[in-house]
Amino acid sequence: MRKETILNACVLLGLLAVPLWALRVDEPFIITLATKAVIFAIAGVGLNFSLGLGGLVSLGHAAFFGIGGYSMGILASHAQSYTPLMGWPLVIDGTNSMPLIWLFAVLISSLFALVIGALSLRTSGVYFIMITLAFGQMLFFFMISWPAYGGEDGLVIYVRNGFPGLNTLDPIQFFGICFALLCGVLLAVSRIARSSFGLALGGARQNEERMQAVGLVPCKLYLIAFTISGAITGLSGALFADLNRFVSPTMFSWQMSGEIMIFIILGGTGRLFGPVVGAAVFILLEYLLGGLSEFWHVYLGAILLGVVLFARGGLIELIVGREVAHD
Amino acid sequence: MSAVLLIEQILNGLQFGVMLFLMAAGLTLIFGVMGLINLAHGSFYMIGAFAAAATAAATGSFLLALAASLVAAAVAGAIVEMTVIRRLYKRDHLDQVLATFALILIFSEGTRWLFGSFPLFLEIPEYLSGPISLPFGIQYPQYRLAIIAVGLLVAVGLFALIARTRIGIQIRAGESDREMIAALGVDISKLYTFVFALGAALAGFAGALIGAIQSVQVGMGEPVLILAFVVIVIGGIGSIKGALLGALLVGLTDTLAGFLLPAAFGLIMEPSAAASVGSSLASMSIYVLMAGVLLFRPTGLFGRS
Repeated sequence: MRKETILNACVLLGLLAVPLWALRVDEPFIITLATKAVIFAIAGVGLNFSLGLGGLVSLGHAAFFGIGGYSMGILASHAQSYTPLMGWPLVIDGTNSMPLIWLFAVLISSLFALVIGALSLRTSGVYFIMITLAFGQMLFFFMISWPAYGGEDGLVIYVRNGFPGLNTLDPIQFFGICFALLCGVLLAVSRIARSSFGLALGGARQNEERMQAVGLVPCKLYLIAFTISGAITGLSGALFADLNRFVSPTMFSWQMSGEIMIFIILGGTGRLFGPVVGAAVFILLEYLLGGLSEFWHVYLGAILLGVVLFARGGLIELIVGREVAHD
Repeated sequence: MSAVLLIEQILNGLQFGVMLFLMAAGLTLIFGVMGLINLAHGSFYMIGAFAAAATAAATGSFLLALAASLVAAAVAGAIVEMTVIRRLYKRDHLDQVLATFALILIFSEGTRWLFGSFPLFLEIPEYLSGPISLPFGIQYPQYRLAIIAVGLLVAVGLFALIARTRIGIQIRAGESDREMIAALGVDISKLYTFVFALGAALAGFAGALIGAIQSVQVGMGEPVLILAFVVIVIGGIGSIKGALLGALLVGLTDTLAGFLLPAAFGLIMEPSAAASVGSSLASMSIYVLMAGVLLFRPTGLFGRS
């Protein structure tokens, strides 16, 4: 087995072992932290799909994270107040069933990703970074000034949404749901990366002209990748909203986009488990440094700067060395 | 809605645009000459504002405060360039984004640590406070008018610097061929430090000027930074002329949309609904403007493809 595969297995086992240990010693807060790490990992895997595989540096993925969050918030708030979401032309009621909310979050965020991607992909390089950032900000300001769903204050959902056969209010069961989704997403992404589409996308990242010469349309590949990437990040947004039982426009903030990007770079760009390692380390740092000092972001900034300047392949490369990544 | 109110709003838009230009000019210069995307530019804006507020509190002089903002931001810029940014020129944009994002975290939390979380205040000097009477019976704050004048002066000065001076020639040469001007004996790393410090000083100056209208607080730079990005994307990255035009467009669009859209919706809706719909659309207006410009000119109005 390759070293990286062993490391990946250890990471997954570790992510599973920590909350189980916390359950034994009755520390529900640790379980919540682990759940947060898993949810952020899903968001990172989503961004890594377009960033690592397709080379599309999007600084606006908080948009999809927020859309996922608000999908949950809006559906659940209508279910909470027993008012229909839409009365015409067809009646849509709110819901508090998780699978339905996920479906809705994935659909809406992929729709937005399709539109934002189609507009943004007319540009490339720095323009792409900035235009995705601007679209994220556009949605952020829209949510702040749109009064229907709480505006700047956000929405509180009193009861966590349900999943058939499980008690989602039990932290370990909710962790289980998120963990299973992370595994599913990782499996799907690794399959797509090895499919003909994934190979073509990786090829387009490395050499656009050559892909064009063999008859592929890079722009179309990028758009599909961006849409899938937005959908995965949207799913994680819905889970994050359910974890906190609260959504607010900060989910759309550009710091959020930056954080999702940090997960990837901490772990290792383009590696399947990069964002998983990155998110886990980020939550760990937040927990450890946050306990040390109120100003822990200074240390986070210093660590991040160190990784970018001196450990370019991220933590995974530090551990397993430079190998050919999964793509 | 009266014409007087409209003219006042146009002046507000101009003032906002001129401030955005001070931010955007540095960003676009740094990108044009060094090929660097700098998210930490908003931190220099904040540093300038804090330096000005601290100096004004210590000496009571507004002019000294402005000078302090220029010096503090330029020094911070030069130090950052020599320690961190210099290593990033050859990296890809992703590394630049992340490293400068890390700098934001360090600067913001460091400032919070030094000055606390409470906003500081910078007083408008007495000789510039109060309104001034313009033709057609318009009363407009003197200070805002002074900002427009100062901003335009800086713009003229910057154009002169780029077009007429020796260092301007070197900057323009550096944009088109950095190996060649290095071969001709120009110390390229000094030039880069100068350009970076110049951009930082402009941002710090803008922060100090705006700090007297709004409050001086941690995180004040980032919203302006993102607007400045919109400006240079609209104007075309690397073009100072584009930055000026983009800044004025964005400033006017933002101010006028916030003023006109709620009024326009008021004609067809009840007032409270019109105000909320109008203001949500107004907050998105500049991004719609940007998307529109990029649809027709993917490299901005004055960008080179």
